[in-house]
Amino acid sequence: MTSTITPDMSAPVAISVEEQQFNDLIEADSRIEPRDWMPEGYRKSLVRQISQHAHSEIIGMQPESNWITRAPSLKRKAILMAKVQDEAGHGLYLYSAAQTLGATRDDMTDALIAGKARYSSIFNYPTPSWADMGSIGWLVDGAAICNQVPLCRASYGPYGRAMVRICKEESFHQRQGFEILLELMQGTDEQRQMAQDSVNRWYWPALMMFGPPDDDSPNSAQSMAWKIKRHSNDELRQRFVNMLVPQAAVLGVTLPDPDLHFNEETQQWDLGEIDWTEFHEVLAGRGPNNAQRLQRRRDAHEDGAWVREAAAAYARKQSARTEEMAAS
Amino acid sequence: MTTPGDSAAEIWPLWEVFVRSNRGLSHVHVGSLHAPDETLAVRNARDLYTRRSEGVSVWVVPAAAITTSDPDAKGAFFESPAGKNYRHASYYSKSEGVKHL
Repeated sequence: MTSTITPDMSAPVAISVEEQQFNDLIEADSRIEPRDWMPEGYRKSLVRQISQHAHSEIIGMQPESNWITRAPSLKRKAILMAKVQDEAGHGLYLYSAAQTLGATRDDMTDALIAGKARYSSIFNYPTPSWADMGSIGWLVDGAAICNQVPLCRASYGPYGRAMVRICKEESFHQRQGFEILLELMQGTDEQRQMAQDSVNRWYWPALMMFGPPDDDSPNSAQSMAWKIKRHSNDELRQRFVNMLVPQAAVLGVTLPDPDLHFNEETQQWDLGEIDWTEFHEVLAGRGPNNAQRLQRRRDAHEDGAWVREAAAAYARKQSARTEEMAAS
Repeated sequence: MTTPGDSAAEIWPLWEVFVRSNRGLSHVHVGSLHAPDETLAVRNARDLYTRRSEGVSVWVVPAAAITTSDPDAKGAFFESPAGKNYRHASYYSKSEGVKHL
């Protein structure tokens, strides 16, 4: 029942009224809402995707928070704090969306800190220079926007609505990153070198954010049939590179791909081979910072336990007092 | 009827958040959050949903306090207006061309 939504006409399978209603809603490009009936596979797929997405936002705070105390000016520090706060907010919107599907916040958090849940492999790369704040905004958030804009139309209502809010905020992230790089590129030779070095390190991992190539992406077809996903990984990656090339020209940086060239026939930028071994290594937990990111998340969760307990105790006390007052 | 996201397995209760974007407009549902009590729910709602001047007023409502129509009965429950197009101004066409009607 969960493996296909298009009944095989040669061997008609009786499907339930609810399943028919679900199929009709998907077919009509309408939205599925939390209390609607949905196939188990659809629910599982969404919980997996939305919680991974939420974890990425939460872990994504770390590479940037690294620079808050070292931002080059008070203005940059304020901007960076606002951005990191946004990432926390994005994580919360998404956790809430996953919770409408029956996943609990505790289970999701536990899976993350136990190292059982995945998050975007991009956040396992280090941020050794200030220019990395620029590259993260321009390349990483840029790739995220490319991925996320079509998700605003995802067939699951709460996910789509969360994405609308997130996309609005991401455009600030991308622009501030671009501006950091632009300022460095207009600075000294040393600053230009710092910007270029950072772009060299982030370019390929950013392209990997779109996921494995289409012929190696087992969940894609079903996700597209369910209209959770609207475009294939390769299609979005291509769209992103087409946007990047003219932006890189404005910045005056070089994209570290000697094979990148304009294809007159397709009117697109053809890119060189992506090192998928690196992608799979990082995904498997063997990236430069995987262990550190998880350890930090685990510590934060444990260090914050007393705050959660105190808030719960206070709430219990308050409600007991209210009841007492009502009774007297 | 339980509210989606509200589960006995959650430590903190779920709150639905409504934001009035400007004077003269209604509060509109923007999303939900978890918080131990109403005071923290309002503060959390401010931080989560109004970081860019999205609102001048925030409501939080315990999700458990919301009563909803039965989703399985949506056809029957909302059936009554069907066939009653005389409730719409567009039903009355004879006045076409007459001004201010």
